[in-house]
Amino acid sequence: MKQYMLSIYQPDGDPPPPEILEPIMRDIDAVNAELRAAGAWVFTGGLHPPDTATVLRTADGDMIVTDGPYPEGKEHIGGFWIISAPDLDAALGWARKATQACQLPVEVRPMVDMARD
Amino acid sequence: MVPPALADIERIFREEYGRAVAILTRVFGDIDAAEDAVQDAFAEAAMRWPDAGLPPSPAGWIITTARNRAIDRLRRDAARADKHALAALLRARDESRQAFQEGPVHDDRLRLMFTCCHPALGPGAQVALTLRLLGGLTTAEIAYAFLVPEPTMAQRLVRAKAKIRDAGIPYRVPAEADLPGRLAAVLAVVYLIFNEGYTASSGDRLARADLCAEAIRLGRLLARLMPDEPEVLGLLALMLLTESRRAARTSAGGALVLLADQDRARWDRALIAEGQTLVRQCLRRNQPGPYQIQAAINAVHSDAPVADATDWDQILRLYDQLLAIAPSPVVALNRAVAVAEVEGPAAALALVDSLDLGGYYLFHAIRADLLRRLGRDTEADTAYATAIDLTGNAAERAYLAAAKDRPSRPDGVADVRDGRSGD
Repeated sequence: MKQYMLSIYQPDGDPPPPEILEPIMRDIDAVNAELRAAGAWVFTGGLHPPDTATVLRTADGDMIVTDGPYPEGKEHIGGFWIISAPDLDAALGWARKATQACQLPVEVRPMVDMARD
Repeated sequence: MVPPALADIERIFREEYGRAVAILTRVFGDIDAAEDAVQDAFAEAAMRWPDAGLPPSPAGWIITTARNRAIDRLRRDAARADKHALAALLRARDESRQAFQEGPVHDDRLRLMFTCCHPALGPGAQVALTLRLLGGLTTAEIAYAFLVPEPTMAQRLVRAKAKIRDAGIPYRVPAEADLPGRLAAVLAVVYLIFNEGYTASSGDRLARADLCAEAIRLGRLLARLMPDEPEVLGLLALMLLTESRRAARTSAGGALVLLADQDRARWDRALIAEGQTLVRQCLRRNQPGPYQIQAAINAVHSDAPVADATDWDQILRLYDQLLAIAPSPVVALNRAVAVAEVEGPAAALALVDSLDLGGYYLFHAIRADLLRRLGRDTEADTAYATAIDLTGNAAERAYLAAAKDRPSRPDGVADVRDGRSGD
């Protein structure tokens, strides 16, 4: 089994109104339940907006702390899943459900297998 | 025994390279290991066979030798604690019971083709991988065919193979439910290879025969492995019927010759017969698809002993059908060419002018021809000039330049590439 990260790319700004958001959240819960039932669920997390982020980096031995997300842009990761799947086709199958549920683009990335790579 | 010439080895390489790589990829689960091993085996064959003669089963010898070379190499790497090598060896041991027989249902090359044409890979990578792994073309040959620097092509192949490995793109024929979409991607790659060979998108040579031959070889392989897929047969028929006109398509001086002006005695009758047989098989199945209909359009052209005898009514009906199942502006443009023959250039021009294809050179070339036939010479000249600006192919540019300077030709046929819509 490999692990994959499914990241939701969410436009910056206010979330949609409750009448839109609530059915989306219900659909996402349904995907989570299905992932767990299939034994594919590893972890899920939702993130606060990117302006709550803090970036640290070192420069010439100093630690620099800055406000805001690392990449500037109009979309940022709003949440993610870690799933386990036998291959990319299986992971893409889950991602299809995920993107339909959250109605946002979902990026699928394989995770490095620490035992093998 | 007559010592085998290098030509024999070359031929066996062409015929067997893809199969050997496909089988070893299944056995070791690693494309790079498979490629290296098959290349080692052919290098060894080139040294041994000229003296020792061809073995009874050259293909079997290549696969066995490649397998042994792969195991030697992987053992060396595994001894240096290379975990990939170890995993590949373990996998090979697990696969050993069925290792060198192909699956009862699917040939290993078919699996590999679906891997190479996986939608998670970009179209350029799909084409390059297919030519490299299944066709055995070198990176230099692929780079040359697609007019990119060799390091660029090498980088593209390395990245694609790394993605297959790291992202876990599976090595199998997709499940029934996914098959139509995934097969369409495979057919698109084969047709892209063919088209790149048929009309090089840029450069001086109108045709790169080797790419067409490779696409047809892949098409025949697919038709043998998936004989129940009518679109597979349709694509093969389309390529064969198009290829049958290659010799007639350029003049001695290398200039483009239109379908209407071609010397039909130079058409390849064997390819036409093979293509038409496939088209008839498709018609009997009655599950039409875009490739089958385009093949049927080409079959109608092939039936006509002279251009004037072309059954344009039937071609127009086929375009109507194509437009219904695969609507696109390019199909509509090609249909307009048939309309010009059946209803006249004015009706065709009205259709053409309603299309939003201003960036496509054939749109302007066809418009130019229709305007010329209607005696609207100034507008025709402008349209020819735009078409010439937009095509990167020197032979087509030369043809258009000549057409621009020709006087009105009311009985001419507008289409530069009849029946080859949808590309």
